[in-house]
Amino acid sequence: MPDSSTTYTSTPATDDLGQLESGLDNLETGSRQRPSFKSSLLKLLSPLIAIVAVIVIWQFIVYLQWQPEWVIPSPKAVLDSLGAQAEQDILWQATFGSIKRAAQGFIIALLVAVPIGLALGLNKYLRAIFGPLLTGLQQLPSVAWVPAAIIWFGLSDATIYTVILLGAVPSIANGLIAGMDQIPTLYLRAGQVLGATGWRKIRHIVLPAAWPGFLAGLEQGWAFAWRSLMAAELIAVSPALGLGLGQMLDIGRQLGDMALVLGSIIMIMAVGVLVDRLIFSPLRQRTLRNRGLAR
Amino acid sequence: MSLTGGARVAPGTALLESEGLAVKISNVTKRFNPNGPDVLQDISLSVRPGEFVSLVGASGCGKSTLLNLLAGLEKPTSGEILTDGAPTLMFQEPALMPWLTAGKNVELALLLRGVPRKERKEKAQRLLSMVHLDRSYNQRPHELSGGMRQRVAIARAIAQERKVLLMDEPFAALDAITRDLIHEELSRIWKETGLTVIFVTHNVREAVRLGQRVALMSSRPGRIIQEWNVDIPEPRRLDSPPVAELARVITDELREEIRRHA
Ligand SMILES: Nc1ncnc2c1ncn2[C@@H]1O[C@H](COP(=O)(O)OP(=O)(O)OP(=O)(O)O)[C@@H](O)[C@H]1O
Ligand SMILES: [Mg+2]
Repeated sequence: MPDSSTTYTSTPATDDLGQLESGLDNLETGSRQRPSFKSSLLKLLSPLIAIVAVIVIWQFIVYLQWQPEWVIPSPKAVLDSLGAQAEQDILWQATFGSIKRAAQGFIIALLVAVPIGLALGLNKYLRAIFGPLLTGLQQLPSVAWVPAAIIWFGLSDATIYTVILLGAVPSIANGLIAGMDQIPTLYLRAGQVLGATGWRKIRHIVLPAAWPGFLAGLEQGWAFAWRSLMAAELIAVSPALGLGLGQMLDIGRQLGDMALVLGSIIMIMAVGVLVDRLIFSPLRQRTLRNRGLAR
Repeated sequence: MSLTGGARVAPGTALLESEGLAVKISNVTKRFNPNGPDVLQDISLSVRPGEFVSLVGASGCGKSTLLNLLAGLEKPTSGEILTDGAPTLMFQEPALMPWLTAGKNVELALLLRGVPRKERKEKAQRLLSMVHLDRSYNQRPHELSGGMRQRVAIARAIAQERKVLLMDEPFAALDAITRDLIHEELSRIWKETGLTVIFVTHNVREAVRLGQRVALMSSRPGRIIQEWNVDIPEPRRLDSPPVAELARVITDELREEIRRHA
């Protein structure tokens, strides 16, 4: 009969079984491969190839003088135009103004979307009732809300945030729901056996297990937040709203300044790429690597 | 104290204690479908504290169902199950959380048991070294071999400090050498901790190698048809002659049972 007290003494690793097991363990597990500095540098720089290619083709078209300069300005003209805006501090004000708004809107969207996603992911009745509504909202381009928001809130920040939220919340909530749907039953049962119930089940089992799907929802939510913001800035132009990239684009349109229009478009894209490269891409990589899903 | 199904007997622990039992299954029947067949029929089994009982039976005879009932993951259709506290259950798959390192997986069990944050790391380290995984604290489940993962799962189960450990074919997917070693590991841990173990397997030799008692289940409906006491001194091995001998007797009985369904 074994002793009934539960004291766990660690057996020294020098015993026979320990030696056998650690020998086998070493044979069965390879050494960990970290991505080398060279390969991560290559990954960071390779998008430059596409950028250079686009500029070369663009320059070539300008060189053919197929269209006048005010229809297709040269890359240099666009760069100069951005430079001129930068000198007047408008470029940075507009860029950071937009990023700040999008980030604030995204965080509010997150705070709204997570409870909605959790409620619909956990409760099949709520899901049946509100799921289609959420999906409908996700299908609707949130720019469609701009006229309504202007009527409700006038040309104010509230209008802008309303449009961002209506763009981002459905994507984030649906991402969380999809992530929860994909949780293997095994983890939920293991959690139950471990005694995870209520909030602790959500915190320690459901949310981490749903994270890959949730992260995809966050990425899409950010993309929608950014797009919605640009649309809102483009339509709702008012000195009261401060400067943003959308407004800068609209100024270009009003002045008939094609270089400024293209420059603004490039900035809007650049911010999108940068946010992906600096925030979402590393998060995605880390998630895949940690869970052994990376190829 | 956990009570499932049937009539609720108020002082359950006292009842178990007075009978000197850790697990008492009384006339349990389980049907998944109201008009369907009995998956388990009139099962009764008593397990003493600290006992190691192996449960063998053909594939699909209801072994997992019985463990799920014991773990409270399912409810019996009729009959009563008493266990000394909520049992813990180890699955055929290690069921480690892939977003946590080996050490954090063990810590999760400690956290959910209410161990204060400061003590968790050290305790988890100790539990890992108990299964000879001292150096694997920071490794991720996918970086471990199948045997190592099951050892982490053992450490996690022990971390729960439950009195009853249920194991559902936990070593079925392991190669022979790894399984041999993990058998030794489990035997040693069982003796050190005094856990009550119910070990399900369809490998009869494994059942004899590990158990103090082997119960054989029939199929459709699942019932316990025979029990053997294993009076073979430790250290046992899968290929020890007495183990092989008893395994042969039980296998013959199992074959007889399977033949009935021909
Ligand atoms: N949730 C369920 N709903 C309906 N039938 C089920 C369910 N779970 C199990 N069964 C049935 O109950 C029977 C016993 O299943 P169980 O998984 O308990 O068998 P087992 O002895 O563990 O088999 P194995 O050796 O293959 O693991 C099977 O016929 C199975 O189809
Ligand atoms: Mg089974």
